[in-house]
Amino acid sequence: MTETTGFRWFRRITLAFLTVFTVLPLYVLVVTSVKPLENVRGLFTWLPDRITFQPYVDMWSTIPLARYLTNSLVVTITATVLALIISVLAAYPLARLRFRGKRVFSMTVLSTQMFPGILFLLPLFLIFVQGEEILGIQLTGSYTGLIITYLTFALPFSIWMLAGYIQAIPEGLEEAAMIDGTSRIGALVRVILPVARPGILAVGVFAFITAWGEVLFASVLTDTETRTLSIGLKLYTSQVDTLWNQLLAASLTISLPVIVAFMLVQRHLVSGLSAGAVK
Amino acid sequence: MSTTEQPRSRAEEEAPKADSGRGSARKRRRPRSSFLPYGMVLPAAVMELLIHIIPMLLGIYIAFLSLTQLTIRNWTSAPFVGLENFIRGLDPSGSLGGALFESLFRTVLYTALVVGLSWALGMAAAVALNSRFRGRGVLRTLFLVPYALPVYVAAIIWAFMFNQRDGMINRLLVEDLGLLDDRPFWLIGGNSFWVLVIVSIWRLWPFAFLMLLAALQSIPADMYEAAAIDGASTWKRFTGITLPMVRSANAVVLLVMGLWTFNEFNIPYLLFGDTSPEAARLISPLIYEHSFVNWNFGLGAAMSVLLLIVLIIASAVYVRMVLPKGRGND
Repeated sequence: MTETTGFRWFRRITLAFLTVFTVLPLYVLVVTSVKPLENVRGLFTWLPDRITFQPYVDMWSTIPLARYLTNSLVVTITATVLALIISVLAAYPLARLRFRGKRVFSMTVLSTQMFPGILFLLPLFLIFVQGEEILGIQLTGSYTGLIITYLTFALPFSIWMLAGYIQAIPEGLEEAAMIDGTSRIGALVRVILPVARPGILAVGVFAFITAWGEVLFASVLTDTETRTLSIGLKLYTSQVDTLWNQLLAASLTISLPVIVAFMLVQRHLVSGLSAGAVK
Repeated sequence: MSTTEQPRSRAEEEAPKADSGRGSARKRRRPRSSFLPYGMVLPAAVMELLIHIIPMLLGIYIAFLSLTQLTIRNWTSAPFVGLENFIRGLDPSGSLGGALFESLFRTVLYTALVVGLSWALGMAAAVALNSRFRGRGVLRTLFLVPYALPVYVAAIIWAFMFNQRDGMINRLLVEDLGLLDDRPFWLIGGNSFWVLVIVSIWRLWPFAFLMLLAALQSIPADMYEAAAIDGASTWKRFTGITLPMVRSANAVVLLVMGLWTFNEFNIPYLLFGDTSPEAARLISPLIYEHSFVNWNFGLGAAMSVLLLIVLIIASAVYVRMVLPKGRGND
């Protein structure tokens, strides 16, 4: 494609602006996390007076960070895996099979995406409390309640995206497998799953990010033992002071794995999306 | 995108149905294949029912109860008060209703600003990065970082930057650039709305960028080449090829971003805590305040029902406006 000078200037200005906008907060994050505490108080300085990695050591003992990290990992990974299994199962018949109630099902699932979380936070809490009394399963203040909540949050978008993705895969592939004597489920597992891997990966990343960053339900459905990072980090703030250097060191530490994972799948993400959601 | 089946697969699935009265081999297979889709969507349906549908219906029911900290312990026997919560909460001339409609209007403005600007930035970045040049891969990855970052981390950093009177923003505006003489407060008072908008855009625009970049990449390059040979300008190519080709992606992206932004709770809650400053009070945090700070769950539920109705109407109008033409691209 030929590029005009005007386009080159548009590109330069756009990218320069967006780079500054993106990088500025990231710079503050990194630079503050290596400042000594006395350097964090008072007027902001662009460079640390001296670089120290003490915040990265202290942050583990100021609050039970390791426990919150474990809680977040257990809840988020379990919710993501379950969401993927459930949404692949639901997306396949939406993309391929004909059945009564299909439209109603897909419209219902989609419309749950727009329910304001605030509307069903309290009812869900009450249902969980009631469920505990009837079934004897600990749902509030346990991993279970949070996991099933988060996996459900991921479902509408995941099902929607995967259905589009599977629809784009030529049907002949499964037909060939089925002629060779595989069942539909067999064809789904052996043919569709491998071909749809970029799409599934993309959906998994979305589900992970949604659950990893959730705040509202975590604030109501966890207790001191099961608190996730989104709630636990508040404890760096006391009545009198916020330990900003430790708070930002912890923030950077827990963001790094997600960012690295995101970068690794980034390429698949774009190709997964272009075949699925945005077709 | 759509989840409706393509004509080809419809014809195929209809065939066995038509002659199911005859052919016994077909007949034996039919019950299994007609049960299969239901079995496959069952787990999703159960989860949606349990976590979304039933709680939502219960939430609507709660809007008719007097549910406060006194009655919450035994909520099944909370007194039924009919429309009282709605009358008290949604009366525009009352103080509660007045605040509610004010925050509803503010939320609409906030949504329009955040979604509009995020879309514009995302689209500009996607167009700029869809052409080949040195450093493209690095920028593409960098721009996705705000989205990959957990939302609470994003809010924490920005809260620190807009911190009190001596944070990074004031340092930049007062000391370094000399644009302002005194140091404004950012997280309280009138400025807080703009802080909320900036942080929300920072977090959201990479999503638009990601989705639109994916959409741009599915446009065949020869369309642009053909247009270039015909002498179409860059802007003509953008309005003539790019925009129409990403129309259905735009519809999805704008709708999803609009719903997320309208319901936004995390960013204001993380920036301002339990109670947002009045200038930045969005509808979800307002309902949270009534429910979990003032312990009036019935009133909060009544306000949520209003929010839901607004969302349903807005989405329905939007889908109606966009879908008929968007369908043709499938």
